[in-house]
Parts: sequence; C-alpha cells; structure tokens
Amino acid sequence: MRQQAYKMFDASTIPDDLCPIATKPTPMLPGDWRSMRPVVDRAKCVKCAVCWLYCPVQCVVEKSAWFDFNLKTCKGCGICATECPQRAIKMIEEAA
Amino acid sequence: MSAVLAPKPAQAEAKIVVCDGNEAAAWAVSLANVDMVAVYPITPQSSLVEYLAKFIADGRLNAEIVDVEGEHSVLSVLQGACLAGARTYTASCGPGLAFMFEPYMRTPGMRLPLVMTIVTRDTLTPQSVWGGHQDAMSVREVGWGQMYCESVQEVLDTTIMAYKIAEHHDVMLPVNVCHDGNYLSFGAARCELPDQGEVSDFLGERDVNWHVALDPQRPMAVDPLTGGASGVGPSTFVRYRKGQCSGTQNALKVITEVHAEWGRRFGRYHAPLVESYRMDGAEYAIMTIGSMTGAAKDAVDEARARGDKVGLVKVKTYRPFPVEALVSALAGVKAVGVVDRSVSFGWNCGPLFQDTIAALYSAPTRIPAMSFIGGLAGADLTVEHFERVIGRTRELARDGRPAETVWLNEKD
Repeated sequence: MRQQAYKMFDASTIPDDLCPIATKPTPMLPGDWRSMRPVVDRAKCVKCAVCWLYCPVQCVVEKSAWFDFNLKTCKGCGICATECPQRAIKMIEEAA
Repeated sequence: MSAVLAPKPAQAEAKIVVCDGNEAAAWAVSLANVDMVAVYPITPQSSLVEYLAKFIADGRLNAEIVDVEGEHSVLSVLQGACLAGARTYTASCGPGLAFMFEPYMRTPGMRLPLVMTIVTRDTLTPQSVWGGHQDAMSVREVGWGQMYCESVQEVLDTTIMAYKIAEHHDVMLPVNVCHDGNYLSFGAARCELPDQGEVSDFLGERDVNWHVALDPQRPMAVDPLTGGASGVGPSTFVRYRKGQCSGTQNALKVITEVHAEWGRRFGRYHAPLVESYRMDGAEYAIMTIGSMTGAAKDAVDEARARGDKVGLVKVKTYRPFPVEALVSALAGVKAVGVVDRSVSFGWNCGPLFQDTIAALYSAPTRIPAMSFIGGLAGADLTVEHFERVIGRTRELARDGRPAETVWLNEKD
C-alpha cells in the first residue's frame, strides 16, 4: 500500500460516540470478495486492448503476447468478457 | 487552517430597523459571520434568500453563497463546508425540505452544527403555498434541534443563539429555527439589531470540525460503514446513536444557558424552553407554539379580565422536548388545551398535543388534555378562535372529560 503523506489522525483525542470516523486504513481489496474471475485464452487474445479500455478498476495488465488481470484488484464484474471482440475471456467461479 | 476561518473585520452596528422575519433571519446570519450559505428558493422562504444574496453582494456579509440546483445539494454542500471548518446556513420549507431529506437525516448523526431556518409551510397535498407547521413537524424525529419563534425579534435573536447552541461541544447538533410562513416571514415589525462586535464576542471563535473533518493534516474516513448484523456487530452503531441522544438531551441545558447569557448581554430575555404567561393561580391552561401565541395571549388577557383563571404555556424548544420544564409549568392545572398548527396523522390530533400528553405522564397528577388544530394553510388564528379554545378547556377543567380533536378553522 502507498505510504500516506501524513500520519493518521489520533481518534482517541475525541469522544468515541460523536461522528463515526475511521483512522486506520483497512487493506481489504476487491479480490478478497470477488465471486467470479476472468480467464484469458492466450491463443485467442490479439492484444486489441478493448478489455484494458473498459475495465472499471483498471486491473488489466499487459503481458508480452496477451493481456492478463491483477487479481488483487479485479472485482469480477465481467465487463471485459462481455466486451472482448475475440471472445477470448471467460468468467469462471471462484473456488470457495 | 483554511480560508474560511480567516478573521473578518467587525462592523460596528447597533440600530433599529423595521423588517419582516425573513429579513431578520438574514440579518442574524450576517451578524453571525457565517462563512458559507447554500440556498434554493421556495415560497415563503424566497425573500430570505434574496436578502442574503443582497447582503453578500453589498459586502455586508463576507460569505460564499452557492446557488445550487436543488435542496438535496444545498445540504450536501453545507456538510462539506462544515467538515472543512465553516459556519454554515440555509433556509427551506415544505417541498424543499422534503427534497432535502436524505442529507437532512445524515446531518445530526455526523454531529454537524448547521443552522437552518424552516419558514414553515403546510405540506402538499392539498396544494398550498401557505403557512402551517406540517413541514417542520414532519421532520421532528430526525435529530435536529427545533426552536419555534413568536416574533420577528425572536427570529433574529434565536438564529444567532442557534449557532452558539449547535456549536457547543456538549451538543454538536444541527438546529432548525422555525418561523411561521406568511405571519413571521412577511409580517414587518420593529427589530433591534445588536452590535456586530458584541455578537462576535457572544458567539466566539467557530470550532465546528474538531471531531470530524475534511482536512489533509488530519486524514480520516468520514462516516464509514459501521457494523450491523455482521462484521464488527451492532455495538458501534448503538454507541453513536446513544451519543447522539446524549448530545440532544445536553441541548436542553445549553439552550437555557445560552438564552440567559443572551439576556444578560443584550437585555432581551426570551423563554428558552417553555414560556409561562399569566400562569400564576391559573386553574387551567392553553398551550401554543409559534406566531399564534400573540393572539392567544390577547385572548388570555381578555379572559383574565372577565375573571377566568386561565394561563398560557408557549413551547419554544420543541426538539429536544422540554419534558421537565413543561410538567413544572403545567403543575397544578386542572386541564390543558393544546393548539397545534399541524396534524399528527395516525393519532388524529396535533403533534404538540401528542408530545404534551406523553410528557404529562410523568406529572404527579393526571391532567386532562384536549387537542385543537388550527391555522392550517395560512388560516388566521384570531382572538375569537382562542376564546373558543379557552371556553372548551374551561369545560374540560370542570368535567375532566376530553372530547375528540377540535378543528378550529373548519367553518371559516
């Protein structure tokens, strides 16, 4: 995680029953709760970058001969699979 | 810390003007040195907004004015401004207040000390642009403080006091100052403008975001998801709700103190919670709220002159509800007639009546009470109406048998 520019605010200085605030960053990422993941058929991928363009969380990463996904940030929405002109992306269930 | 907190030059001003309630509220906002005003016009509040725009254009009030596309944005803008440390103001009513409801609900939970005037208006439908308390009464359980004014001068004084009450660190809650549409919004009266320096001295330095802020020096997530049925569990949510309740109850004491200080500094003592009028030796009482009180006091004077032992109790602070003050004001009466300018649907009575009988449950003796509803949709509540209220309440004091709600303007 990127370093914060400032130290977090010390919430213990104010009563804990006023406005709800959070001063500790939680490291939860979409990959922790995703229910489906995209899988690329490398033989079909032509690197047109349509998936890269459409991905709402910008988790598409470029490899030498195909595009792949950063599964820490991918939320499994499946937009890439729907938009891929080559039908090279499939959504598969995450194992429980 | 930020630009909005820069000190402003005080303008020496202590004079008497003739103005209506909307202008008085705008004067109060100007005297309170508000930093940020967000507005959307709606009848009968519109002229209030125009006065504010003029005061800012004339350089009388050094504030940002944001004319946004609707009331939902009004309150959202002000929440951001408040989180950045600004003293904020808006005014609305009726359908505008309804459109504001989503951020309106969020404001007290975030403990943001906003001040908003409700220029009260009856709610639709039937279609009406006239006064009535139905809009303000409909939002009475959301968590904002509510103070109802009787006169133009009280509008001005209360709006300034509202900042001191809302920003008190034991309270930290938004406050609605309610003044009656038509009667107070457009009724002109003599009004004393306090000196700018003395008002600034009275209000002190604003400190509105010490507990929650949009501030790069104090990074924090504002209003994150708290636990419910899962995750960390409901205790976090309950803790904040209880905290909000404590702040609301603290307001009763703070409102009383602030009104007393206002009286000491400016010579005008307004009853903070409830006002007792000719209650000495009263056998029965009528209760009022808002601008109707003037005519009711006249009716009480006439009845007293005839020898009827009637008094009047006016509720100024409606939220938090002043249970103890009301019970002690009504102690010893044999009956009470409560006049509402709005309706509590589902109870077939007025909301002030409903709150009153709830409060009277803690009275040492059972006091019979009756609900009167009048002044809806701008209808005038006259001395004659209050004579009817007094007469019916006198009967109640005799026989102790309350009847169904009486609708005062049914045949007007």
